[in-house]
Amino acid sequence: MADIRHIIHLVSKDLLIELRSKEILLSMIIFSLTIILIFNFTYDIGIQAVQRHTPGLLWVAFIFAGTLGLNRSFMREYENGRMEGLLLCPVSRGSIYIAKLVGNVIFMMIIEMVSLPVMVVLLNLDIIKFIPMLFLLLVLGNIGFASVGTLFSAISLHTRSRELMLPIMLFPVTIPVILAAVKSTAFLLNAKPLAEIMPWVRILIGFDLIFTTLCSFLYKYVVED
Amino acid sequence: MPVHLILFLLTCLSMTVALFFVFIFAPAEATMGEIQRIFYFHVASAWTAFLAFFIVFCCSIAYLAKKRRFWDFISLSAAETGVLFMTFVLITGPLWAKPVWNTYWSWDARLTTSLILWLIYIVYLMIRKYTEDRQQGARFAAVFGIVAFIQVPIVYMSIRWWRTLHPAPVLGNVEGGGMETNMIITLLVSVLAFTMLFLNLLFMRYRIAQVEAQLFYLRENAE
Repeated sequence: MADIRHIIHLVSKDLLIELRSKEILLSMIIFSLTIILIFNFTYDIGIQAVQRHTPGLLWVAFIFAGTLGLNRSFMREYENGRMEGLLLCPVSRGSIYIAKLVGNVIFMMIIEMVSLPVMVVLLNLDIIKFIPMLFLLLVLGNIGFASVGTLFSAISLHTRSRELMLPIMLFPVTIPVILAAVKSTAFLLNAKPLAEIMPWVRILIGFDLIFTTLCSFLYKYVVED
Repeated sequence: MPVHLILFLLTCLSMTVALFFVFIFAPAEATMGEIQRIFYFHVASAWTAFLAFFIVFCCSIAYLAKKRRFWDFISLSAAETGVLFMTFVLITGPLWAKPVWNTYWSWDARLTTSLILWLIYIVYLMIRKYTEDRQQGARFAAVFGIVAFIQVPIVYMSIRWWRTLHPAPVLGNVEGGGMETNMIITLLVSVLAFTMLFLNLLFMRYRIAQVEAQLFYLRENAE
């Protein structure tokens, strides 16, 4: 119980800081929209092609923007030695990790909620009737991506090339999440029956469970001195 | 006789025997012809690379649990050697595929997983290189080595559902598995030879890591 209270406190701290500065969220949103813009030129997306390319396009935008956010999530803590303070708190390492993970998932959800309507307009998508399921897929995909991402961002911060290391560590390892998220979104947007979507959703859930547990356990080895 | 010398001699011997088996003993394959002989190097390298990555995984756990430098040195050596053998796999594969499948590459489960593994373990080595503090680098690499290995089966399964073209595993299949006995023997000899080579390289790399650490320690103390 105490852990849950700690997590809520830590998450609300991060959210409050972010709401006041808005530096991460704003850049993530603009970044994801910029990616859509670039895709538009590189793929020359016509209305017919949209159906085939949209799921991949959406997830590339979300994942690249998410990586930006992940990179910042621990960096902030190392300004003014706040990380030492955090580690000295009577809070378990696992709780710190889960709090950061929840924060990152919320950030990713916010950018998706903002940029998705814009994409609907720009790409002429018809997603109204899929919204509940799409929301579920976004949540599952974000958790999977951020579970490993949160752990790796804590590592990449201490390497010499910092921001550069995170994507190259993260992308190969999260390929199952990306694949399952894109596939299930594609089936959903093409109005395929639920039976075809479910195997991919199961991969997402399995990945989320395994890696959230594993990474929350491994986090203590990353921060120990 | 020192261990590394015995290992070296055994490797030379088994490699020579393997070459004889691959080029003289094994029959030419009926449809693919002589090109199929690359199979013995391809599969043996792949087996060795997987063995190496499994060793990285086990030693990473052991290092985090025990914090002994020995485990770290072994996992570093295994990762480097594994990347080397995976490079062999990725070179011999397309060479074989071009005349047989008429394409260098297909995005099927085993090929894609091999490519991803290769990338992952190069990143693993980069993490060590790019971390200033040696102990911290060892810890980071261990954490990464565990996460990376656990996702291998998930990557494999998910890509397998996505698409697959690679021939089904030839060993352990139903009755004979479509492979002649002489070919299976040759494959086993070749796998053995490559395992010996791997152990040899692993041991050499381990000794280098040891000497490096000693040198580092001496330099630190000299200042």
